[in-house]
Parts: sequence; C-alpha cells; structure tokens
Amino acid sequence: MRLSPDEMIFWQHGLLKLNGTILFTWGLMFVLVAGSALITRNLSTDLKRSRWQNLLEIIVTGIEKQIEDVGLQDPKRYLSFLGTLFLFVAAASLSTIIPGYEPPTGSLSTTVALALCVFIAVPLFGIEQQGLGRYLKSYVEPTFIMLPFNIISEVSRTLALAVRLFGNMMSGALIIGILLTITPFIFPIVMTALGLLTGMVQAYIFSILAAVYIAAATRARPPKSASDN
Amino acid sequence: MDSTTLIAIASIVTAGLTTGVGCFGPAIAEGRAVATALTSLAQQPDASATITRTLFVGLAMVESTAIYCFVVSMILIFANPFWSHVIAQAAGK
Repeated sequence: MRLSPDEMIFWQHGLLKLNGTILFTWGLMFVLVAGSALITRNLSTDLKRSRWQNLLEIIVTGIEKQIEDVGLQDPKRYLSFLGTLFLFVAAASLSTIIPGYEPPTGSLSTTVALALCVFIAVPLFGIEQQGLGRYLKSYVEPTFIMLPFNIISEVSRTLALAVRLFGNMMSGALIIGILLTITPFIFPIVMTALGLLTGMVQAYIFSILAAVYIAAATRARPPKSASDN
Repeated sequence: MDSTTLIAIASIVTAGLTTGVGCFGPAIAEGRAVATALTSLAQQPDASATITRTLFVGLAMVESTAIYCFVVSMILIFANPFWSHVIAQAAGK
C-alpha cells in the first residue's frame, strides 16, 4: 500500500533517486512557469484581451483582495509569496485529474518544505516591516514569561501547517487507492471529486494561514514610550 | 502469547481506537462552529465574506487534530517501527 509518491522510484543511481515527488514537483513547476510566460507575452491594457489573460487577472486580483481582507496593508509586497503558495498547492491537487499522477503534497517532504518557507518568511517580513528590535520585542509581549511559549507556538504552528496539508492530501490519495481495490467503478470517482474539493480548500487554508501569520508579525504596534528606538 | 502477536494486537487495536475516538471531538466542535457561523450570517449577511473566511480558517485548525489522529493510525498500520523490528528479527532467525 503506497503511502506517498516518495515510494514511486523511476530511476536510481547509488544514492541519487528520482522519485515521484521530485518528478511531479518539477513537472508542476514547469507547467506553471511556462504557462504564465506564454500567457503574459503580449499583455494588453484595453478591453480587447485574450481569455487566458483574463483568467490570470481574475486569479491575481482575487488573491490580492483576499490578502488585503486578512489585514495586510500593502498586499502587493506579499502577493508573490502567498500567491505562489496558493497556486502551487492548488495546481498540485487539481492535477489529480491526470491519470498516473500523485500529488507531491502527499509527501511529508514537500509539505515540510513549504511550511519551512513560511517559517522563515514570517520573521523576514516582520523584520523588514518593523525593524529588528521591535520585532524581537514582540516575542516578550505581553510579559517576559511568555517568551518560551511564543517560541513554541511559532514552531508548533509551522508543524501544524505541514501535517495538516500532508494529512489531507495523503488521506485523499489513500482512500482512492483502497476503494479501487474494493469497488472499482463509480465510487472512486466520487471520492476523487471529494479529494479535489478538499485539495482546493487546503490550498486556500494554507495560504490564508500564512497570510495571517505574516499579518500578526508585521502589525504596526504603537510605541510604548515617547522616544523612538 | 509471544511478542510478535502482542505487538500486532496492540497496533491494530490502537490504530482503530485512535481514529475512532479521535474524530469525536473535532466533529462536535466543527458542527458547533458551523452552527454559530450560520447564526451570525443570518444576523449580519453583509459580513458574509469575513464570516465565511474566518469559519474556514477555524475549521482547518480544528480539523488538524483529527488529521493528527489519522496520521498516527496510518503510521501504526503501514509504517510501524515496532512491527518492522520484530519482523526483521524473525526473518533474521
């Protein structure tokens, strides 16, 4: 019973392994980058534009509006990071339609990597926005005793991001695999549709949670005393 | 009852119980969350975007505990280190 695309090995040479996760991740990256490059070749600003450009504009402005709703003041700064997270996870789960494809987010390596990106990005954006001193001081708010708890909460919510996405994707793939051996005609199709829905919801949740964490780190706090630091 | 049988019994029973009991709490909590969200949507339909988004974020946080239980069950069934150790020992003999 295959638990993740890590176990689909296409080519092996000593220690180097080309497994399903790497192959499908690079395939997704190629499709996303090449598709965007092709569509944005001749952008037009008047009313006459191609359908694909329209689609991309809907997606980008939709993501930007969501980021602004979460509370980030300047959505364009965070649009590239959060938009990429959303598009990658959404594309990874939508491509389940293609036969023979396993979502690379069903492997713990991919989800931990994405969660680590968020883990590094949150302090980066916080320091960029507030300065190093004020950002570090936010760890000892409201009292000094909260310092270990704040640090633990940072680490645990990163872990929760990774395990949530991994669990949802892996369970979808596993249930379809199990059902295929039991009732292999109509029922797996229903479960695939459910897996698509949960995949899109999880993509949305991942990026919105990343946006909420960044918003919490970059929230401008009023200076406690009259002097600046 | 030797250790192989004991480990097998413990893993199987625990795997079943983990998912079975571990889905109670999140299911009840999610039901209550959705009920409250529906009430507030009925009271303030204008805020439906915010309410819906906050509802989904909250549901994801609650769902993650159920996912943790599921992952533990899967580990016990498919990637059980104790079982692998015992099987390797039996094969080595």
